[in-house]
Amino acid sequence: METYSFLREFADSWALVALTLIFLGVVVWAFRPGSRPLHDAAAASIFRHEMKPADAGRDAPAPSEREA
Amino acid sequence: MWDYTKLIVLGLIALFAAIATNYAHDLAYQVNALVVMLAAGGTFLWTLRRMGEPKRARPNEYMDDVVRAGVIATTFWGVVGFLVGVFIAFQLAFPALNFEWAQGILNFGRLRPLHTSAVIFAFGGNALIMSSFYIVQRTSAARLWGGNLAWFVFWGWQLMIVLAATSYVLGGTQSKEYAETVWYIDWWIVVVWLSFLAVFMGTLINRKEPHIYVANWFLLAFIVTIAMLHVGNNLAIPVSIFSSQSVQVTAGVQDAMIQWWYGHNAVGFFLTAGFLGMMYYFIPKQAERPVYSYKLSIIHFWALIFLYIWAGPHHLHYTALPDWASTLGMTFSIMLWMPSWGGMINGLMTLSGAWDKLRTDPIIRMMVVSVGFYGMSTFEGPMMSIKAVNSLSHYTDWTIGHVHSGALGWNGMITFGALYFLTPRLWNRERLYSLKLVSWHFWLATIGIVLYASSMWVTGIMEGLMWREVDANGFLVNAFADTVAAKFPMYVVRGLGGGMYLLGALIMAYNLWMTVRAQPAKAPVNANNFVPAE
Repeated sequence: METYSFLREFADSWALVALTLIFLGVVVWAFRPGSRPLHDAAAASIFRHEMKPADAGRDAPAPSEREA
Repeated sequence: MWDYTKLIVLGLIALFAAIATNYAHDLAYQVNALVVMLAAGGTFLWTLRRMGEPKRARPNEYMDDVVRAGVIATTFWGVVGFLVGVFIAFQLAFPALNFEWAQGILNFGRLRPLHTSAVIFAFGGNALIMSSFYIVQRTSAARLWGGNLAWFVFWGWQLMIVLAATSYVLGGTQSKEYAETVWYIDWWIVVVWLSFLAVFMGTLINRKEPHIYVANWFLLAFIVTIAMLHVGNNLAIPVSIFSSQSVQVTAGVQDAMIQWWYGHNAVGFFLTAGFLGMMYYFIPKQAERPVYSYKLSIIHFWALIFLYIWAGPHHLHYTALPDWASTLGMTFSIMLWMPSWGGMINGLMTLSGAWDKLRTDPIIRMMVVSVGFYGMSTFEGPMMSIKAVNSLSHYTDWTIGHVHSGALGWNGMITFGALYFLTPRLWNRERLYSLKLVSWHFWLATIGIVLYASSMWVTGIMEGLMWREVDANGFLVNAFADTVAAKFPMYVVRGLGGGMYLLGALIMAYNLWMTVRAQPAKAPVNANNFVPAE
């Protein structure tokens, strides 16, 4: 019972605060300055490499190169 | 060397299965052991005949043959699952269809888990596995990791389906909803699922794109969470190694809570997160526009992950479950409105500026209706999780209506869209055999779902009200049989709706078949894309 009470109390205090903060952190991170070109490149990634894989050994061009 | 190891392992499995067939305590186990023996023996011969054949490594091509097999399996199991569903719907309307000569095999109680597992795990599971394999290769620009491991996942999953189906009709069950499979099938699912995870993760690690596309986040979350839920819910000790019976480690309300922690998150991660992964790839591809807001998709993902896992207790309102747990489940269910609608907006708005495609492209119409049903059923679900609403809706057909508007509308329609999208590409055809037939499928399925859902709303709310109706002296007015009699017309309408949905799926199967058979092939792009007709 002791373990139960402890876990129960921990779950609706510190654990709840920690999880909420992590979630809010993720949201803030998504909106960080400079994320737009990265997100645009990621959203467009489905239109590349439709037919075959990228050449082995050569990395895909960086998003910034692609924008040019 | 690897081939010899395979032969030894397969031989031992076949031998053990033969012994197990002999010593089996129950019929379900015996038939399953026989199936395992045949599968292991067949694979043994297949491996033996291909000993020493040179292996061709093809790192510069996508591994699409396993996706093609997935398209066939998804279509096949879809039709089978819908057929069983229509049959049991009419069994409820006309009990005479529980034939006397087939008692204990083909009656409703045996066929119901067959239907749910066939549509969720066989149709939905194959759809998810094949789309994961397709999407992760394209968005990683890398061939599937692990060589033939992807084939092991495919055939392992089909074996699981056959074992589960034969086990159910012969009475093998551990009496957990959506987790009826007995202990040895559960163990096999773990093996196949971890291989699936390995193939998916391996491909992601090999990726050539800097960013992991958001569809893969949803798919990975689906694979990892299902592994965790499946193991947690199926902790059981077998009675004997030669029996399908087992004893659950937990009991009472703890077991019920674990079951619905599993059950609800199977909906949340199998039927929602996994299919959202499909949505985030196939809708932008078919609309030929990137997703409306990539930021929103990231928030959608994390909100879904953080909230869904707590919603399970709403299946156990007004039971022995403590009140705080039940309130917690309800609260998180209501908060789920946010990610659900965020995701729906993101899917629908991907079409902004291209709404004219709705008129000309029946495939995009299918996908849009699917997202619409996603929004509708994820609005309905949280509403039903509110305790006051649940006191009316629980144990009634409203729940069944809710599940089917989600399953037929959201999961079914997005899968049909994906199948129509994939078939011409995978078999290298110019276009589908007939867009007109896609329109027929679309309307049959949509009207079928509307008939299904509305008849279940009517009958569900009606029986809920009849159950709680009391007269002036406080006595219950209706006997249970009164509600059963009152439901008959709605049950017939539901069966008809299901029949229309099945007919639509048959039209799709024909259309896909003819696409591969009768449409001219495009010029081959590479050896992998070119498939001879015979």
